[in-house]
Amino acid sequence: MFEKIWARHVVTEGPGGHVLLYVGRHLLHEGATGALGRLAAEGRRVRRPDLTFATADHFLPTAPGAVATDPEIVGMVDGLARHTGAQGIVYFGVGDPRRGIVHVIGPEQGLTLPGTTLVCGDSHTATHGAFGALAFGIGSTEVEHVLATQTLWQTKPRALRVTVEGRLGLGVTAKDVILALIARIGAAGGVGHAIEYAGSTIRVMSMDERMTVCNMSIEAGARTGMVAPDETTFAWLEGRPFAPRGEAWARALADWTTVPSDPGARFDREVALAAGDVAPTVTWGTSPQDALPITGRVPDPAAAGDPARRASMARALAYMGLRPGTPLGEIAVDRVFIGSCTNSRLEDLRAAARVVRGRRAVVPAWVVPGSGLVKRAAEAEGLDRVFVEAGFEWREAGCSMCVGMNGETAREGERVASTSNRNFEGRQGKGARTHLVSPAMAAAAAVAGRFVDVRTLGG
Amino acid sequence: MQPFTTLTAVAAPLDLPNVDTDRIIPARFLAKPRGAPGYARFLFHDVRFEADGAEQPEFVLNRAAYRGAKILVTAENFGCGSSREMAVWALEAWGIRAVIAPSLGDIFHQNCFKNGLLPVILPADAAAGLRSQLHARPGATLTVDLEAQTLTAPDGARHRFEVDPFRKQMLLTGQDEVALTLGHEGAIAAFERRLASGAPWLVPQAGG
Repeated sequence: MFEKIWARHVVTEGPGGHVLLYVGRHLLHEGATGALGRLAAEGRRVRRPDLTFATADHFLPTAPGAVATDPEIVGMVDGLARHTGAQGIVYFGVGDPRRGIVHVIGPEQGLTLPGTTLVCGDSHTATHGAFGALAFGIGSTEVEHVLATQTLWQTKPRALRVTVEGRLGLGVTAKDVILALIARIGAAGGVGHAIEYAGSTIRVMSMDERMTVCNMSIEAGARTGMVAPDETTFAWLEGRPFAPRGEAWARALADWTTVPSDPGARFDREVALAAGDVAPTVTWGTSPQDALPITGRVPDPAAAGDPARRASMARALAYMGLRPGTPLGEIAVDRVFIGSCTNSRLEDLRAAARVVRGRRAVVPAWVVPGSGLVKRAAEAEGLDRVFVEAGFEWREAGCSMCVGMNGETAREGERVASTSNRNFEGRQGKGARTHLVSPAMAAAAAVAGRFVDVRTLGG
Repeated sequence: MQPFTTLTAVAAPLDLPNVDTDRIIPARFLAKPRGAPGYARFLFHDVRFEADGAEQPEFVLNRAAYRGAKILVTAENFGCGSSREMAVWALEAWGIRAVIAPSLGDIFHQNCFKNGLLPVILPADAAAGLRSQLHARPGATLTVDLEAQTLTAPDGARHRFEVDPFRKQMLLTGQDEVALTLGHEGAIAAFERRLASGAPWLVPQAGG
């Protein structure tokens, strides 16, 4: 599949195995304002504004009714509105209910299509690979290059197939699958690779679940992650605002059915994971690879064979304020965050609400929907009332506490159960201690005040 | 972009694996424009400085012998995580021109090339060997020769490294990549004509 999509987007070949790869979709957020400004300063136009779409998510506050006041942030967001207006780019801006996290709204609007290439100046762009698109994150200079040329010079990554077989147990989610995979292959395990997720477990996943899996491919070091498009994909896309319609839909569908890998396709590397071995998972350290089943204990650095690994584990535990041997289920949390491009879609909010219903949060807990439309849909189902009655804060769409660029951070030393994607030192605020979990596990932590095996809570 | 040819400079060792771009430049500095006054201070800010702003004396770049470093020798997966190009801008603002590692975060790796900063991939044992020499002889220098693709260690040993020939040429000349690509205008336009007839559904019709 990767090879097919790659081959059909090669514009020309350059030296040293480089190809000039055509970009079918370019998504922008307010971090692209600098690149748009440099482009304008050089007197260049956006080559394909009709293939370029923008929103604002990273820097905007998500407290109900809040507006950005920091002059630098206001400048970025206003700049994005001004540049996209001048260049004729569709912008889902402040006040537009379609505004939201770029990786939530791309699929939601039907902009993410199978068999295409998609880039964005954000490392979690592999989310869109859930649709069988070749989607990857790029830097700011590359954003400017795509704006000007609709292409990128790329070398082909190696192909890694991750096959997950079997049924996930009750309370075990797509988030647990990807955390278990990263723990298995390591945070650098996928460097230089494009991952294709396959197998019966992936096949029965919904689009929301596939997006969660693909989203964290970067946390395994991979350039991208993807799932072959199938009936689930097509049914999800049909009728979306920017998806093809009528005759164009029929033609697109005929094309998309040729995208999946042929039987017997060869991969440079294969990894197999059994769904039955995956449990609700919690990270204990400062890299996403530091993940264990909730039934486990904080590991002991002394048991690590490699001295470098020992030192890095000891540093992680010191930062996290954890002692080796502590059962993960005895770690108290100070705060809960449900949101981010990993886990802020409708199914994520439903899963959290199922745990929360009839219970009460005992620590500060936020729910930040991925888009204005996810928020509306959740409200139409009454999920907002479930959260609010349980003492959660129901907020506006955005990246919020996942990224900590918007002033929404945890305090120094605070321990956060978070549905986001990175537990790096300082990620959610200087000195903040992040544990990555699924939405159900985050909700369970909010009502228990500590990590708890969601399977033991009962309905 | 400033070209990169050869460099002989003090190198600083960073032993931790998986140093992410959040650690290289924390999120709260990302709205600052490139080249803003004090940009170099953002580099590794939360591990380089105490809460009161004083330098953390143990951090490698704060030690006298490494203050003039222009080369970083790191461990596996340096620059992983967020795509923020500001990580490279902060390294560059501080004075770093080359990063040597067994592996690098994919986007960070590309971002280095776009800013005249040379990323050098060495086998893990060679990188570890360099770091231990730099620990043993603080302030020792390395020489990186991009044209010859060699790196000369403090002990005089010469390591050959691989670098993508396309990226190498761009670094040696400091050429503007957009201008280069626009030189392929004919091929891009031809591709777009094929796309318009072969996959007309790619361009949204309704505009929502």
